[in-house]
Amino acid sequence: MAKRIGMEVSIAVAEAVKLANTDVIAAYPITPQTHIVEHLSELVADGHLDAAYIPVESEHSAMSSCIGSSAAGARTFTATSSQGLALMNEMLYIAPVLRVPIVLAIANRALSAPINIWNDHSDIMSVRDAGWICLFAENGQEAVDMTLASFRIAEDPAVSLPVSMNIDGFTLSHFIEPILIPEQAEVDKFLPPFKPMLKLDIKDPISIGLLGAPECYTESRKATDDVLWASKAVVVKAFDEFNKVFGRQYNVVESYRAEDAETIILLMGSIAETAMTAVDEMRDQGKKVGLVRIRLWRPLPEAEILAAVSKAKNLAIIDRHAILGCSTGPVGLEVKSLFYQSNEKPNTSNYIVGLGGRDVTRDDFKYIYEKASSGQAQSRCEYVGVYE
Amino acid sequence: MTKPTIDAFAKVGDLPAGFTAKPGSTMDFKTGDWRSVRPVLDREKCIYCGFCYFYCPDGVYHDMGKDEKYYKADYDYCKGCGVCAQECPKKAITMTLEEV
Repeated sequence: MAKRIGMEVSIAVAEAVKLANTDVIAAYPITPQTHIVEHLSELVADGHLDAAYIPVESEHSAMSSCIGSSAAGARTFTATSSQGLALMNEMLYIAPVLRVPIVLAIANRALSAPINIWNDHSDIMSVRDAGWICLFAENGQEAVDMTLASFRIAEDPAVSLPVSMNIDGFTLSHFIEPILIPEQAEVDKFLPPFKPMLKLDIKDPISIGLLGAPECYTESRKATDDVLWASKAVVVKAFDEFNKVFGRQYNVVESYRAEDAETIILLMGSIAETAMTAVDEMRDQGKKVGLVRIRLWRPLPEAEILAAVSKAKNLAIIDRHAILGCSTGPVGLEVKSLFYQSNEKPNTSNYIVGLGGRDVTRDDFKYIYEKASSGQAQSRCEYVGVYE
Repeated sequence: MTKPTIDAFAKVGDLPAGFTAKPGSTMDFKTGDWRSVRPVLDREKCIYCGFCYFYCPDGVYHDMGKDEKYYKADYDYCKGCGVCAQECPKKAITMTLEEV
């Protein structure tokens, strides 16, 4: 039986990587992700995890090493944040087309400038088009569970794609939470040994990372896109299998008190915990408000999002990243576009919150609810709480 | 629009997963039609030194052996760069405009 213990979420993610019996970790430390790879280096150095730990000289090299090790048939993990993810950018776009199932934990942090080490989603949103499966965890337990699920999803032969597992920097990565750390036997039941779809093997050589001329570049991108879209079914199956082994059911989109809600708040990540408390308090005052959270961001679960929010009168879409020079944040843009062909269209409005570690409070959600349900919401995104 | 019929075109479903290739598969991709000028050898001047064979960046020259005593360019792959003509010590190779 798994034990619930108090543990820093970063350490718990590293323990999950150990339980997954990872073969290769290539990583470069960066705040607020450092504790994940620091703990993994200790686990390897102390002999608790039989893995190759490659202390590379940059995140670009980290992802390059991961692509190579995964292509060689090794279960591969790395972690990064912010500027580190930005430095990986070139290699991030390569991994999906090469179909290398790497698991990348991102402790989400703001991009410079100004220099800021705190949490928002600008790092992952800057690479949202790279072709990775993207999951967002809400709390420490989910960070552990999604780490294990990420390996299973990534390595499924029908998928064989890299997965990014996003946890909010500091608000998750540095918090000590009560977490059920699974037993090794349970993990082994859920996560079979890695059988690579492709493998660099001197007995049966192949070339990877080839030139794609105009005659086949489009086709190779479309082929990767097709696999990414098809991966949603595998994500759902992996979540169901996870429930069978561990007794915790996850869905690609989660709803909280949203069934009869006139106004729904839609968001991703750890601020959902605060939002649930705010929803409870507003419900106590008779306000018909609910919460919907996107757990799977890529591939975008369009049908599930529409099913969860379409009946509402008002929809407040929360973004943790502002697209400069564009009137709407990324989540707002993508969800709004789903309604263009739909008959059921809530009044949508878009709110930018929690940039660069600014606290997102229950009062912020109450303000957003009032604004969204007032009919006074502005058509452009609103920077909530900005001093000007 | 009619699609040119060269080997590089591949349908989405026909591409190997992970965009990989087997060793030697570039042999299937004939690049000779990139050429605008072709090397033409004057065998009277050729001394069978092998400079064209060694300098060719694409390895298109074949040794015809000690009876024939010359190297022959494979026009399926020669891109017409002209390195062979430049390096030939006897100026036996002339780059000649391709007529279409």
